[in-house]
Amino acid sequence: MKKVVFSIILASIGILALIHIAYDPPLPNLSELKLKQEFAIKPTSSVDHKLFEELQKDFDSPQEVTEACIACHNQRHKEVIASSHWNWERISYVEGRGIASMGKSNVLNNYCIGASSNEQSCAACHIGFGMTNNRFDFDNARNVDCMVCHDNSEEYHKGSAMAGYPDRSVNLTSVAQSVGRPQRMNCGACHFYSGGGNNVKHGDLEEALLSTTRDVDVHMAANGMNMTCVDCHSAENHNIKGKLYSVSSSDENRLTCDHCHTSTPHMDHNLDLHTARVACQTCHIPTYAKVNPTKMEWRWSDAGRMEEGKPFHETDSSGVETYMSIKGSFRWETNVKPDYYWFNGHATHYVLGDQVDSIPVQINHLFGSATDNRSKIYPVKVHRGDQIYDPETNMLIQPKLWAAEEGDSAYWKDFDWNLAAEAGMKRVGLHYSGTYEFVNTEMYWPVNHMVAPKEDALSCEECHQRKNSRLAGLNDFYMPGRDSHAGLDLIGRLLIIAALAGVILHGMGRVVAAIKNKEIESEEINTNYHQ
Amino acid sequence: MQKVYIYKTFERFWHWTQAALIFFLAITGFEVHGSFSFLGYEQAVESHRVAAWMLLILIAFSIFWHFTTGEWRQYIPTFSKLQAQMRYYTIGIFKGEPHPTSKTARKKLNPLQALTYLGFKLVMAPLLVITGFVYMFYRTIDANNMVIISDIPLEVIAFLHTLGAYLIIMFAIVHVYMTTTGHTPTSNIRAMLTGYEELEEDNEEQVKEENKKQE
Repeated sequence: MKKVVFSIILASIGILALIHIAYDPPLPNLSELKLKQEFAIKPTSSVDHKLFEELQKDFDSPQEVTEACIACHNQRHKEVIASSHWNWERISYVEGRGIASMGKSNVLNNYCIGASSNEQSCAACHIGFGMTNNRFDFDNARNVDCMVCHDNSEEYHKGSAMAGYPDRSVNLTSVAQSVGRPQRMNCGACHFYSGGGNNVKHGDLEEALLSTTRDVDVHMAANGMNMTCVDCHSAENHNIKGKLYSVSSSDENRLTCDHCHTSTPHMDHNLDLHTARVACQTCHIPTYAKVNPTKMEWRWSDAGRMEEGKPFHETDSSGVETYMSIKGSFRWETNVKPDYYWFNGHATHYVLGDQVDSIPVQINHLFGSATDNRSKIYPVKVHRGDQIYDPETNMLIQPKLWAAEEGDSAYWKDFDWNLAAEAGMKRVGLHYSGTYEFVNTEMYWPVNHMVAPKEDALSCEECHQRKNSRLAGLNDFYMPGRDSHAGLDLIGRLLIIAALAGVILHGMGRVVAAIKNKEIESEEINTNYHQ
Repeated sequence: MQKVYIYKTFERFWHWTQAALIFFLAITGFEVHGSFSFLGYEQAVESHRVAAWMLLILIAFSIFWHFTTGEWRQYIPTFSKLQAQMRYYTIGIFKGEPHPTSKTARKKLNPLQALTYLGFKLVMAPLLVITGFVYMFYRTIDANNMVIISDIPLEVIAFLHTLGAYLIIMFAIVHVYMTTTGHTPTSNIRAMLTGYEELEEDNEEQVKEENKKQE
């Protein structure tokens, strides 16, 4: 009796201990609550620029506004002049190249190809005034455009093809009086509409973010934290944190989620283990281009078709352009599942003058691999297309696309690739052989925005499954659930089948033998029981 | 023949808990392996870990029990009647011959069983436990950027762990079937449930002799 009581007590203690080990009480995520509290307090301006006498006058030129800014903020222009928003390039160590200067000024893309020779138009996204060609004075502080980032009235906008000058309709006085911390539209004016329209380039940055909901972007949602771009992309001394690898190269001054969320943000040890090799974005951005479509493909080779001798464009049922005579044909997609790549924060680019060494041409390349401990798996938008190329010199061509009028060699006016190639390459100081063709290109855009609510994050099965794993393309490592040793599985199955067949045959043999021996087992059992 | 108390309470508790845990680990393990989907991947992983820890605790207790009670001696392989035992399972059993060895409380396992279970305890279980541990703690870097285990490829660890799993399933199939080869088809299972089994009486003189030898 004592024994029974003792064992019951022991068993109960054991079971309780096991329940205690197995039970994970749901704890509040204190660090997340702390962040929410921190960002719930919105910054307010400490000064009202309307009250400054210096700004209560008519400005004849935007440069005069800059002079007024510098009169008080008398060192800020130096910070701006040191920034990549101003220089359109950045000097850094690039794997395979050494110390190199790269940026919009010398790398290409596979959208509108490149800014060189098209500055008059492209400078609408330069934070300066008067960039009409490659002889822009990067030391002249008067040409710094403070308003494009700091206008809080949403009145300021750069003119179309005005070399970075504001549109003539802009009231400079009212803009100058309403400057402040950059708002979404300040950043979005360029970063939402780059590539010639809303969401063309990034896929995860578009005008829907101006006022959005939690299911699109948890950070920027009007019904959520309602954060602005610069809440994360802080800009100590105008050095803005974060960079995109369509133009950037080195793993410096990056902005990553763990700056706020730490590298162990989950209330789950297994999930936290993933953060060493999986970027937050991979699970937390299941799809991008959630509201408006983004361009996935751009075929310059289709450009130049005419209707009745005139350029035309076609739109699809959702209203996006699928063909433009000046640009070629496009393919758009909404709610796109990203591609996934290893990425260690370093990238290289096709720089004007480089030899093409692979087709499709890698316009940029993200470095990283499973064996590199600094690499993580990132979601990436891959933009494919074709663009003009010189088969004789084996170089991509910088074409001259834009001009004010016909007869200036610009493709968008004259529709002559030969002239455009010659003029563009001459401007960047490279040889053009006189023959061109179109070559396939790929460009890699890490996806960082449109973070979904945690309920919508990827489940384990999205990657850890045999078929249709999201990471099916990343085959340089073993992933449980996705990978297996086919030979072992075959042998294992055969072993199990052999064991089952063996015992079944053995058992049947015994039954047959028992009948033969006239000792049917049931009888034996009965006799045993009666003993 | 007489009713003998052959499996003690702990032994039975250990046996059945271990059986349940191994069954559960096999199901969750093969889900993690990607063979099928049942609990959901996250649940399967979590459950597999919890069950693994439970099994480890149980193994620790059972090792202690085996050594303190001296029951570990049951697994010392004897080769004298091994051939006879193999002959029995392959030929004799079909002819209705008697078991070549007698089962007693002091000697529960026939030579083939002793050898098989010893293999289970010294090869299969350590293979699964060790590879399981390495699997559980495998990571190339942890949150503090410290390299933990990365020299052994995960592929190799997973291969060995899965191999062990296939072997243990094979063992379980044969093991369950072999329980029917006792005195009656169910006498062995009954014994493992109740602790009692109808056995030949221990030949006391023989026991005394054996004791002397051991001393």
